[in-house]
Amino acid sequence: MFARGTFRFIGYVLWVLSFCLVYSREVMAVPDIQAWSTASGLRVFYLKTEGLPLVDIRVVFDAGSARDGDQYGLANLTSNLLDTGAGSWTADQIAARLENVGAILGAGASRDSAFVSIRSLTHPEKLKIALDTAHEILVHPRFDTKDFDREKARALLQIKQQSEDPAEIAEIAFMKQLYGSHPYAHPPEGLKDSVTGLARKDLVDFHREHYVASNGIIAIVGDISRDDAAAIAEGLSVDLPKGSPQAALTDPVMGSVGQTLNIPFPSEQTHVFSGALGMKINDPDYFPLYVGNHILGGSGLVSRIMDEVREKRGFAYSAYSYFFPLRVLGPFEVGLQTKNAQADEALKVAISTVKGFVETGPSDAELDAAKKNIIGGFVLRLDSNSKLVSEVASIGFFNRPLDYLDTFTAKVKSVTKEDVRRAMKARLNPSEFQTVLVGGGAK
Amino acid sequence: MFLRGLHLLYVLLTLGLVTAEANGVHEFQLANGLKVLVQEDHRAPVVVSQVWYKVGASNEYGGITGVSHMLEHMMFKGTKKHPPGEFSRIIAANGGRENAFTGQDYTAYFQTLEKSRLSISFELEADRMRQLSLKQDEFDKEHQVVLEERRLRTDDQPHAKLQEHFESVAFSNSPYRNPVIGWPDDVSGLTLDDLRSWYGRWYAPNNATLVVVGDVVPDEVFALARRYFGPMKPSELPKLKAQAEVEQLGIRRLTVKLPAKLPFLLMGYKVPSLKTAADEREAYALEVIAGVLDGGNSARFSSRLVRGQQIAASIGAGYDLTARLSSLFSIEATPNEGKTIPEVERALLEEIKHLREELVTEEELARVKAQVLASHIYQLDSVFYQAMQLGTFETVGLGWEKIGAYVEKVNAVTADDVKKVANQYLVDERLTIGHLDPLPLPEGAVAPESSVLGGGHVR
Repeated sequence: MFARGTFRFIGYVLWVLSFCLVYSREVMAVPDIQAWSTASGLRVFYLKTEGLPLVDIRVVFDAGSARDGDQYGLANLTSNLLDTGAGSWTADQIAARLENVGAILGAGASRDSAFVSIRSLTHPEKLKIALDTAHEILVHPRFDTKDFDREKARALLQIKQQSEDPAEIAEIAFMKQLYGSHPYAHPPEGLKDSVTGLARKDLVDFHREHYVASNGIIAIVGDISRDDAAAIAEGLSVDLPKGSPQAALTDPVMGSVGQTLNIPFPSEQTHVFSGALGMKINDPDYFPLYVGNHILGGSGLVSRIMDEVREKRGFAYSAYSYFFPLRVLGPFEVGLQTKNAQADEALKVAISTVKGFVETGPSDAELDAAKKNIIGGFVLRLDSNSKLVSEVASIGFFNRPLDYLDTFTAKVKSVTKEDVRRAMKARLNPSEFQTVLVGGGAK
Repeated sequence: MFLRGLHLLYVLLTLGLVTAEANGVHEFQLANGLKVLVQEDHRAPVVVSQVWYKVGASNEYGGITGVSHMLEHMMFKGTKKHPPGEFSRIIAANGGRENAFTGQDYTAYFQTLEKSRLSISFELEADRMRQLSLKQDEFDKEHQVVLEERRLRTDDQPHAKLQEHFESVAFSNSPYRNPVIGWPDDVSGLTLDDLRSWYGRWYAPNNATLVVVGDVVPDEVFALARRYFGPMKPSELPKLKAQAEVEQLGIRRLTVKLPAKLPFLLMGYKVPSLKTAADEREAYALEVIAGVLDGGNSARFSSRLVRGQQIAASIGAGYDLTARLSSLFSIEATPNEGKTIPEVERALLEEIKHLREELVTEEELARVKAQVLASHIYQLDSVFYQAMQLGTFETVGLGWEKIGAYVEKVNAVTADDVKKVANQYLVDERLTIGHLDPLPLPEGAVAPESSVLGGGHVR
């Protein structure tokens, strides 16, 4: 039945292809990213797109929570304050300037980086107002005391809110368990005590040291010329000090292994996380691990973990595994949520699935199906301006080669069964996984 | 028409004056009643295909709430032709992404694919439109999955739980009083027969809309749709009976006590949707009110209450323009540390009173309109979002043409319109207020134990 259905599709696919060949050669071309530096030393990554009169700009600094030192939450609060007063403008004036021209400003901090993003129409006067405003936010944030006090109180409230959500509690505990005293261990939002201890001056200093040209990049993607992109990059980085790049992060080491932490919580479900240190962004085994995890727990309903936990047993709505690659080793995580009474059983099923996969690797059919999914779906990663700006910013920030997107599918294609088995086995030892369970119901 | 649409789009883009007429939607109907909507977007060689059924939680009645959603899950569990799970495997092998969603007014299924694979989606969707297997063993397992989904999304989420109770208090008889996922006992009690009859009643080409957006040629999509969906037999559909909500006769209040750390406030005014409004301008004016109150950091809630009075840490306002039945204009807020729910409630009611008594400024109106115009263009960046809009408007009975009128209609809203609508609808007789009152949570965690996995040593 399957075969007959498939044949019919293939026949039709060829027919449709014959119509579309003319366009597809043009649009299928993988994006041509251009790179240069501004006078101030900020690296620029530019990609031209066509069809919509908009531009996405993303400035990324090595100013994430991994740079907090012992002041957990510093990078995040600094990011939160940027648009609450800058240059000669208050928060109200900044918001009005941007919103009156329909521009959208974003800012945030994760473990590896902090970003400021602007989406604007390419209409020249509107774009200019958006860019002038963004420049002040990047270069001259005021960190006024009243804004600092308010945003700090909000950050503390957000931390309090995290502690009413079993999934958040589990995530925070899991990262602590994996990373010990490494800068990735604490949540980017910080902890109650560390955020309470932050002072306005800490933010000013953090901004001065980290929001500098040699510590960041700018990505520009949209329907604008290279000359205009160059002018945007120069304009945004005027008066941005050159500064110096941050020192490399140390590699994390798991201090303890094979521990299980039970955190009681009055919920119907238990949230289960289990895993270990995984891989980094520019990992030599990136592709075998990525393809391998796709089969194990990264491809939704058709992955092994989902099949065992959900499809065969109905244990959970969501069950997955992933590598979250970071600048240095990011986490590998197996996760699920299930009613309290069957948490141990569901965890056992998930972990024995990982064990089985690490031992024997994928079958030919699984590897083939995974490659087809990743390669066939590659265009879906690049089908909008907002997706493209994320890809370009990531390539720029993490020093990936400019042809990263061009070579991506070939690298996936070249992964062998043996590559996957070897890489997974070298990287993952399920009997040493760290585990966190949050739940158990009212006690 | 296809050429004219494209040309117009090009000219308008060049002028920077995109209006919704440039949408260039192509409509086609099969003899069996299936409506096909196609919108071209040639920026990337991608296509999104969605099948929308005009059935959702608001069609359900007491005792079987959640049946639409449960059926959505079972739609992945095989037909005579394709065994359970094969749908997902075929889409995956073709590089596609797929999923489904159920709402009050619709159940929809979608795939996103490289453009040459559209026929794969059509073959599979047509197959499960009329030939679903619905087997007991698959149902039993999926039943457990849906119960876990309810625990995850509602039972363990204080805000979602308040929302669920809130809607059942705000509405007396409107079907919007029931949660999409269903009440716990109803979901537990669903049987395969319930699903069979639901499927038989609603899943038919004359109760569906096929939406395709992407790098496609409309005539080819129509030919393909005819080939795969053409043979599907239509059904005689149940006639929808009127279920208008009875008139509310005074303010309604509820409290939900749950283990949580922060209090939370929900407010909702009963308002018409674009579909139910006697005068459409009312609906667009409500849309503008949502923008005046919560359309960014310069909007009133953020500048006056979050930054000005610092009474709340966050406030949101929302209006569902495209609901099939009359719905709620809702406001939610988290009080700041040291502020109480009643204080926040008073501040919010004061803001609503301003809307009733004073005209919004021209600056505010201009800002909202600039945002609407820009976001209209930003939305065109996502093929998926474009398809969502087409599917929603068509399924609730507004018709996709209304999407094209949106920017112009919002632009026509005046300060007087806003004040008038506020006086008519944002009044106590239409208001429900819900408080989440936190109960204490346990503190801290137990010490690490040795692993259930058999490790248990410290390196």
